[in-house]
Amino acid sequence: MNIVTALLKTSIGKKVIMALTGVVLVGFIFGHLVGNLQIFSDPEKINAYAHFLQSLGPALWAIRLFLLVCVGLHIWMAILLWYENKKARPRDYAANHTIQASYASRTMKYSGLIVLAFLLYHIAHFTVKSTNPEFHEMTWTLADGTVVLDVHLMMVVGFSSLPVSLFYILSVGLLSLHLSHGFQSMFQSIGLRTETWGRGLKVVAIVLSLAYFAGNAAIPLSVLTGKVCRPASVEAAAESVSTSLNTHSE
Amino acid sequence: MKVKIKVWRQKDQESKGGFKIYDSPELNPNMSFLEMLDVVNEYLTDQGEEPIAFDHDCREGICGTCSLVIDGKPHGPHQGVATCQTYMRSFQDGDVITVEPFRAEPFPVIKDLVVNRKPFDKIMQAGGFVTVRTGSAPDANAIPISKEVADTAMDAAACIGCGACVAACKNASAMLFVAAKASQLNSLPQGQAEKDDRVINMVAAMDEAGFGNCTNQYECSAVCPKLITHDFISQLNRDFVAATVRKSFKSKPSTAKV
Ligand code: HEM
Ligand code: SF4
Ligand code: FES
Repeated sequence: MNIVTALLKTSIGKKVIMALTGVVLVGFIFGHLVGNLQIFSDPEKINAYAHFLQSLGPALWAIRLFLLVCVGLHIWMAILLWYENKKARPRDYAANHTIQASYASRTMKYSGLIVLAFLLYHIAHFTVKSTNPEFHEMTWTLADGTVVLDVHLMMVVGFSSLPVSLFYILSVGLLSLHLSHGFQSMFQSIGLRTETWGRGLKVVAIVLSLAYFAGNAAIPLSVLTGKVCRPASVEAAAESVSTSLNTHSE
Repeated sequence: MKVKIKVWRQKDQESKGGFKIYDSPELNPNMSFLEMLDVVNEYLTDQGEEPIAFDHDCREGICGTCSLVIDGKPHGPHQGVATCQTYMRSFQDGDVITVEPFRAEPFPVIKDLVVNRKPFDKIMQAGGFVTVRTGSAPDANAIPISKEVADTAMDAAACIGCGACVAACKNASAMLFVAAKASQLNSLPQGQAEKDDRVINMVAAMDEAGFGNCTNQYECSAVCPKLITHDFISQLNRDFVAATVRKSFKSKPSTAKV
């Protein structure tokens, strides 16, 4: 048996795929969070960062493709395991039989599915911008004079909608729940967890999940409560531009 | 004391089966759970009803024959105890106790509470042999083994093969059993020669039998009458990954090319 068949065909192999793709996804979501937290700084900061990512060109596409493959494998294996696990217990017990399995561990497939729905919406919302085509028109002039997409404004406008913000908060909440089990689970699946440090791992998983939730929820909440908004100087500038445009057209 | 038992009755593997509720006769609280079933069975026989079939043998917690899921927990309410060592004093007078067979596709119900655990034998056979020198007895302590390693191997060897881990697992996974049986030998120097084959073959037999996949929820170790730790599952995962990688790249002796 070679590595590929072992990974795709054996029970442990499938779990190893779940774990390895899980590691990549966890790495990505934390990197993504740190990048997004720049919203709390000057608009220049996050707009320059977004422009830097855009300017990666083929490298950006390579990263996107890699992430897509990881998400695809993660979900494919999740569905396979789910199906096999259901088949292995055709009739469940009459009595409730949960002894120590955490809530998060028992709801991985549901939290995962809602996260997937969120992922698709999130990409349509802020990456492809198909839900809000006006985001394409928002531009910002960097200090060096380059005109780039105004990601800061896009986020402020995007999160001004209460239902959108609530859906984001709910989804990152479920992703955090997913992580609170997943982060521990992946170490067990590749054979690194032991009782010797398992308790510490559990604490780290919970702290990381809470921090992840706090960081992500802070962004829409700060927009909704007006803590993050367009700096007055920027607004004034935008105002004068649109007024001058209006005057012009008259 | 008296209890009511809500028991799964099923004539044979093909029949549908269903729950029946029986009132127990007067019980001594110091009876074991199995003795309670014996008493109920005597009563049922007197009534002209078929006695409840259940598995048992040693009745002292060492053979792994007894089973039963009692109020949702394999081997009853306690930790580190088999059904045969569970006593009626752990229940209250008048309790309604739900008694079900182990539920897993590879463990079909044969009759009432008896399931067929043959796939475990297949997994053990797949584990194969250990190369040892036969002939005169080897010198004691000829192979140095640290106390810690010997204890770990002994912990794994405590598995009595009851299958409660499968019964408790949300996915009917046999990982705790397989991990214990593989790690018992994998931990020792004597088990090194066939280690990679053992791991790969036992996992293949486990998958083949149709057990579910581990989702690291540790329901298994929570019900194991021998308190086998799920650290062995981690060890099995690690050994499986290493064995697969080694086997994929290792050159083979010419005679092994079939
Ligand atoms: C960015 C998104 C996601 C991240 C960061 C993530 C992370 C993880 C991690 C770290 C694990 C543990 C791997 C292991 O058990 O070895 C895991 C498991 C799992 N994930 Fe995800 N996941 C994500 C999205 C999804 C999606 C979209 C689904 C869709 C169904 C999903 C379903 C599952 C399931 C069913 C498990 C297995 C649970 C288990 O074995 O206990 N995940 N995930
Ligand atoms: S690991 Fe524990 S529960 Fe599983 S078969 Fe062995 S003794 Fe029974
Ligand atoms: S009957 Fe032997 S372990 Fe219970």
